[in-house]
Amino acid sequence: MSARAWRVRLTPYAMILPGWLWLAIFFVVPTVSMLSVSTMTGDDLNGFKQTWHFSTYSDAWSQYHTPIVRSLEYGLIATAICLVIGYPVAYWIAVRGGRYKSTLLFLLLLPFFVSFVIRTQSWEFMLDDHGMVLGVLRTFHLIGPLHFLHILPSDGQILQTSTAVIGGLVYNFLPFTVLPIYVALERIEPALLEAAGDLYANKVAAFRKVTLPLSLPGVFAAVLLTFVPVSSDFVNATILGGKGQTMVGNIIQTQYFTNLNFPMAASLSFILMGILLVGIFLYARVLGTEDALEMAAA
Amino acid sequence: MTDLPPDLLRGLTMSRVSRRRMRQLGGLTALGAGLSACSIPGSKGSGSNLGGQEWRDQIGKFWARQTKQGKLNFENWPLYMDVGKTNTDHPSLDLFTKQTGIDVSYKEDIKENDTFYGTNVAPLLRNGQSTGFDLMVITNGTYLTDLLIRDWLIPLDQSRMSNFYANASDLVKDPSYDRGNVYTMAWQSGITGIGYDVSRVGHEITSWNDLLDEKLSGKIGMFADTQDLPNSALCAIGANPESSTPADWKKAKDWLEKQRPLVRKYYDQGYIDKLVKGDLYASMAWSGDVFSRQSDNPNLRFVVPEEGAPIWTDNMCIPVHAQHPLDAMIYMDYVYQPKIAAMLCDYIWYITPVTAVKQIFEKYVQEGTSPKYYTSLATSPLIFPKSSDFARLHRYRVLSADEQDTWNAMFEPVYQS
Repeated sequence: MSARAWRVRLTPYAMILPGWLWLAIFFVVPTVSMLSVSTMTGDDLNGFKQTWHFSTYSDAWSQYHTPIVRSLEYGLIATAICLVIGYPVAYWIAVRGGRYKSTLLFLLLLPFFVSFVIRTQSWEFMLDDHGMVLGVLRTFHLIGPLHFLHILPSDGQILQTSTAVIGGLVYNFLPFTVLPIYVALERIEPALLEAAGDLYANKVAAFRKVTLPLSLPGVFAAVLLTFVPVSSDFVNATILGGKGQTMVGNIIQTQYFTNLNFPMAASLSFILMGILLVGIFLYARVLGTEDALEMAAA
Repeated sequence: MTDLPPDLLRGLTMSRVSRRRMRQLGGLTALGAGLSACSIPGSKGSGSNLGGQEWRDQIGKFWARQTKQGKLNFENWPLYMDVGKTNTDHPSLDLFTKQTGIDVSYKEDIKENDTFYGTNVAPLLRNGQSTGFDLMVITNGTYLTDLLIRDWLIPLDQSRMSNFYANASDLVKDPSYDRGNVYTMAWQSGITGIGYDVSRVGHEITSWNDLLDEKLSGKIGMFADTQDLPNSALCAIGANPESSTPADWKKAKDWLEKQRPLVRKYYDQGYIDKLVKGDLYASMAWSGDVFSRQSDNPNLRFVVPEEGAPIWTDNMCIPVHAQHPLDAMIYMDYVYQPKIAAMLCDYIWYITPVTAVKQIFEKYVQEGTSPKYYTSLATSPLIFPKSSDFARLHRYRVLSADEQDTWNAMFEPVYQS
């Protein structure tokens, strides 16, 4: 082959090289080194040595399965609520936004200009026992009904309950749900809906048969983008939660910084990662399409 | 204006967020210690195992080489320094610069011992790099012990500690965690006891066991840490934390487990606002926090429980590779002048390491300078504990590495599970 032919053949690879390097340096190397740390033994003082000590994983699971399961539970509930709130928002912006679309999207992203720790902390102020939220609920005698629905404890306290933590998670991660759904809805050709109308579909049928299926890739991506960070979050549990709301992120942080137990922290991270990957894989097999994966990648 | 008591004035002119409260926003730094792929080297110091005299000579030689650079990088905790007209104006530091010509770059970036140590100190020193600070303030306990074991602190120049030896209180002279003050001088000390709102609790609290009262269910706060929480629980069961055995630890853990259903939350630092507002009725508390918030809620009380309580000291120390050690040394001794210690104490309201501050406050009272305020400072057992109090105050249990693992495994699940 001539030099020119070689060049032609190699050019595409050369062009994706920066991407590969990026992945290798910022993802593969750290992941492999953490994986290696997770089977080391030792302590910070004398150093950690590779001993292929896999039982750190079983220890981690037996000691901390409660917060791990709780994190996944919170992740699922928060993601479901995000979808219920996020889909109509995305739909409204995409379909009714008109010339205000970019303004509305900007408003959606506006909270990101303030650190989410500060925003969560503000919720803590609003939700506390003498804060404005409980004040309003008391005024309208809503504490009783909310307690009846198992949303609030009887003493009318919001902070240090699962409701507060899940609420915080929904609040913080909602934009991650809205944006991918918006993108999917935005891409739908209006002519398709007109065609549905021509074929005697009413609005509900058109939504069910055309809009919804076409927006599913967006929903798929939204679920990924919401569920994964929500399950590994630790800020909301720290600020809004109490003794019974510890998430696995909190444990990892303590193991890493307070106990300097790097192998335990690493193995907990991989257990979480493993569960999330398996979950996502199954989810993709059941619900996903190629479109969906493409969408997730976009 | 001058008729107003200074504490009120201060309350009006600046936020009285306690420094412990400020730490709550810490702990979010990205996980970042450098880890190599095949093994992580340990960081135990080579040990200053030279013979006593030889070692002293070495230190002497080190200090003989040092010269004043006119610069000092000081890393401290939030709201742990006197302030003047604005929050960035520190009269005692300005005076220091005026007297010595040393320019101080003062930062209050330490939010928590563990994150500060885990991100700003340990990873750098482990790699033999400078932390960028000449002076930092670390609480006695796990992290200070760690720094000592690893040889990460520069031994002090004992010949430049004249103010310290003349004025330091017995509490901070020759402390158990640093015999002979080889590495540290105290910044301030405090007591971990119980803070409570007497009107909401309905009676005075005197004992740790008052925190087992079912009537306070959901209104009790405890700390989420492996120092104050276990050591307080050890006091609660009647053990002396300093000499406690694993059998005592087990009992203390049982005490905490028994109490757990009544506890609203294990707090890092946010407890004091909750106590002020009434979300909590009673909580483990740091003495200075309670004292400084009494102007917001006059029903707030602090008690050293009858079974005893932990006392801690935040210490100034010089990390290895510091750029301006002599300047740090000069500053450390400077704050041990009673006049300077009084300037600091007047704002900080923790236990001052200089007992003569009390006489200065009493003099203010006689001179008629805000007599009510300075009387309250001079008579406060939280700033000047009585000797009878000291009998009930205990240092944290010093733990070996193995003991630390057992200890953490026992007490962490109390607040994290």
